[in-house]
Amino acid sequence: MSVGADTGDKILPGAETKRGVDVKRGLRNALITGLVTFGILLPLIGFQTTVNIRNELILDTRPWLLAVMVALVIAFSLITSFVIAPWAQHRAARKSESTSLKAAARRAAFAKYVVPFALGFAFLFPVFSIQFAGWQGAVKWIDNFGIQILIYIMLGWGLNIVVGLAGLLDLGYVAFYAVGAYSYALLSQTFGFSFWLLLPLAGILAAFWGILLGFPVLRLRGDYLAIVTLAFGEIIRLVLINWVDVTGGYAGISSIPRPTFFGIPFTANEDGFAAIFGLEFSPLYRTIFLYYVILCLALLTLFVTMRLRRLPIGRAWEALREDEIACRALGINTTSTKLSAFAIGAMFAGFAGSFFAARQGFISPESFTFVESAMIVAIVVLGGMGSALGVAIAAIFMIGGTEYLRELDLLKAVFGSEFDPTQYRMLLFGGAMVLIMIWKPRGLISTREPTAFLHERKMIAAKFVKEGRG
Amino acid sequence: MLEGFVQQLVNGITLGAIYGLIAIGYTMVFGIIGMVNFAHGDVFMVSTFVALIALVILTSWLGMSSIFLVLLIVLIVAMLLTALLSWGIERVAYRPLRGSFRLAPLISAIGMSIFLANFVQVTQGPRPKSIPPMVQNGIVLLERDGYQVMLSYRQLIIWLVTALALAIFWYVVAKTSLGRAQRACEQDPKMASLLGINVDRTISITFVIGAALAGVAGTMYLMYYGVISFNDGFVPGIKAFTAAVLGGIGSLPGAVIGGLLIGLIETFWSAYFSTDYKDVAAFSILAIVLIFLPQGLLGRPEVEKV
Repeated sequence: MSVGADTGDKILPGAETKRGVDVKRGLRNALITGLVTFGILLPLIGFQTTVNIRNELILDTRPWLLAVMVALVIAFSLITSFVIAPWAQHRAARKSESTSLKAAARRAAFAKYVVPFALGFAFLFPVFSIQFAGWQGAVKWIDNFGIQILIYIMLGWGLNIVVGLAGLLDLGYVAFYAVGAYSYALLSQTFGFSFWLLLPLAGILAAFWGILLGFPVLRLRGDYLAIVTLAFGEIIRLVLINWVDVTGGYAGISSIPRPTFFGIPFTANEDGFAAIFGLEFSPLYRTIFLYYVILCLALLTLFVTMRLRRLPIGRAWEALREDEIACRALGINTTSTKLSAFAIGAMFAGFAGSFFAARQGFISPESFTFVESAMIVAIVVLGGMGSALGVAIAAIFMIGGTEYLRELDLLKAVFGSEFDPTQYRMLLFGGAMVLIMIWKPRGLISTREPTAFLHERKMIAAKFVKEGRG
Repeated sequence: MLEGFVQQLVNGITLGAIYGLIAIGYTMVFGIIGMVNFAHGDVFMVSTFVALIALVILTSWLGMSSIFLVLLIVLIVAMLLTALLSWGIERVAYRPLRGSFRLAPLISAIGMSIFLANFVQVTQGPRPKSIPPMVQNGIVLLERDGYQVMLSYRQLIIWLVTALALAIFWYVVAKTSLGRAQRACEQDPKMASLLGINVDRTISITFVIGAALAGVAGTMYLMYYGVISFNDGFVPGIKAFTAAVLGGIGSLPGAVIGGLLIGLIETFWSAYFSTDYKDVAAFSILAIVLIFLPQGLLGRPEVEKV
């Protein structure tokens, strides 16, 4: 086994349990878990504060809900100790170093086939949606799922440059997304520039902000860097809220010009897209057009990232992530390396932001909260930092999964018609972040394919990559 | 304008006491496992809700009328349940990640923070809850030209309770074997475990103590402002973290001093500059301190070794 990469719990006494099922211990654990859960949930689930007609606080009790929750947690604890733990032990005993490398190679081969398939699916997605959901239903699928997921994939790939490649944890990434969105909204409204002109401009402005905010944090690493970037992100959001003259404050900016098909607007007018091409007017055309725009933007992000990784600058990023001191000793200019990562990452966020503003037609500071940043970071980290495929998979699951909640009529049948699954969206998102971290701390795809190698290309197992030291 | 200044001073110290109590939780956890416990602000928020529910049970169900007794029971309940919650969080979300790569616990903590805020939103409803003021009136400290400087009883209670909580906390950390074990783990966990200290248990206790103090802060917050909401965890949490960093993260007196400073800065900023930008001020201080004075006022500089 490797040296020094051991997890802490192996060193500690008591963790070295004997094989097989320890019934007494499992039961005791379940009991303690149940009691603790009862204690924690008693005030929050057992009681609910509501306001009555005279505006006084009163309490409702929910004993059954509390009982069900506690029972579920106890059942989960029992299953963990009697089913999952022995199974995991059994598996861990059989698995050795070489097989895990073999498994990594197998996964790489799988990835080789999955990529062309996924690309093909992404390009044909609007066709499939129209085929299966009909002309009317397709708007929802392409807009809520296709475009929404692709925006997050693009943001994830953009942030991947900063977090995954350069190893700088940025918790304020959404600020650059906001810069892009507000640049497009303000410039297009004030000067009437078109989307295609403002898209690169928004990217440049965001990159400029990336350098501006990246400069002061050059000396920081790890958690401190994360917190400072969070502070910057929040400052930008608070300025957007309070600078009412320019940004409109909480109300935001509305009626932002929508993108056109090379000058042809998507309207029902005579000179609109549908009329010119002799088609019946439908809002679907604009949605499909936007879908392909964001798909191309996302693929551009991916392409640039992949090419950059092979350039000296990309190698410098990865070297910086692995060991900053060694980097300096080798004469790499850490200042410009870090700033370039911030700038390029921010630029893609700016592109995505201006696309977002053009797609929504309305922006407000509400769309650029810290939770949004946390979601993008979660996608990058859960996907396996540095792995483009992993990021895409994570975005599909996290964003698509939470969007899919809206569609679940089944839940309504179980919990009654007033049940609104969307309010559980962020709850599930937060829970999933914790669970995936525990299950796979290095993300879904944790093996690495080095860009520089001697004689033959080898996979590197996760534990040998010192990702994200910051 | 001396009266206005003294009044703001009184308000600022009160706010600072609350921040200081929360900041201790950040600083202790960072000191012992080197992690920013991002969910701590939301643990504080949960404690305000626990205090609210305990308060409503005591006053409207059981009909207790003695403010002092009610406050005492609410305080104890909030401390106990918040400590239990934090213990559970540590077990579920942080302990499995110990020894994993450095950012894993931070990500897990961010997830936990989002989870807690939305859990309270789902279970208690999204609207802010308000209670009628529990304690009224106060002591007039200074009176001139018809302008009164008031130290309200609410503020006095916060000062006294904070002082008492800090005294007990100081005694536990400085004088008991538990505190000694805690400090030992902070300095060198491996050596401490070789000397027979149960490091895991000590870390759990650290979380429990930090959360109990957050429970005190939550009760005081509820009593002082009377309005709480599910998203009240994030900004006070960040401000308390700023306080911990300003005082020097890992340093316990630093957390209290940092808390007081942040409270004072925020109050004076709102009074003399602009209320709209008071959170901007807090975040700017955080950024400035981390960039220019990362070791804080009382902390030791971190030495980078190869």
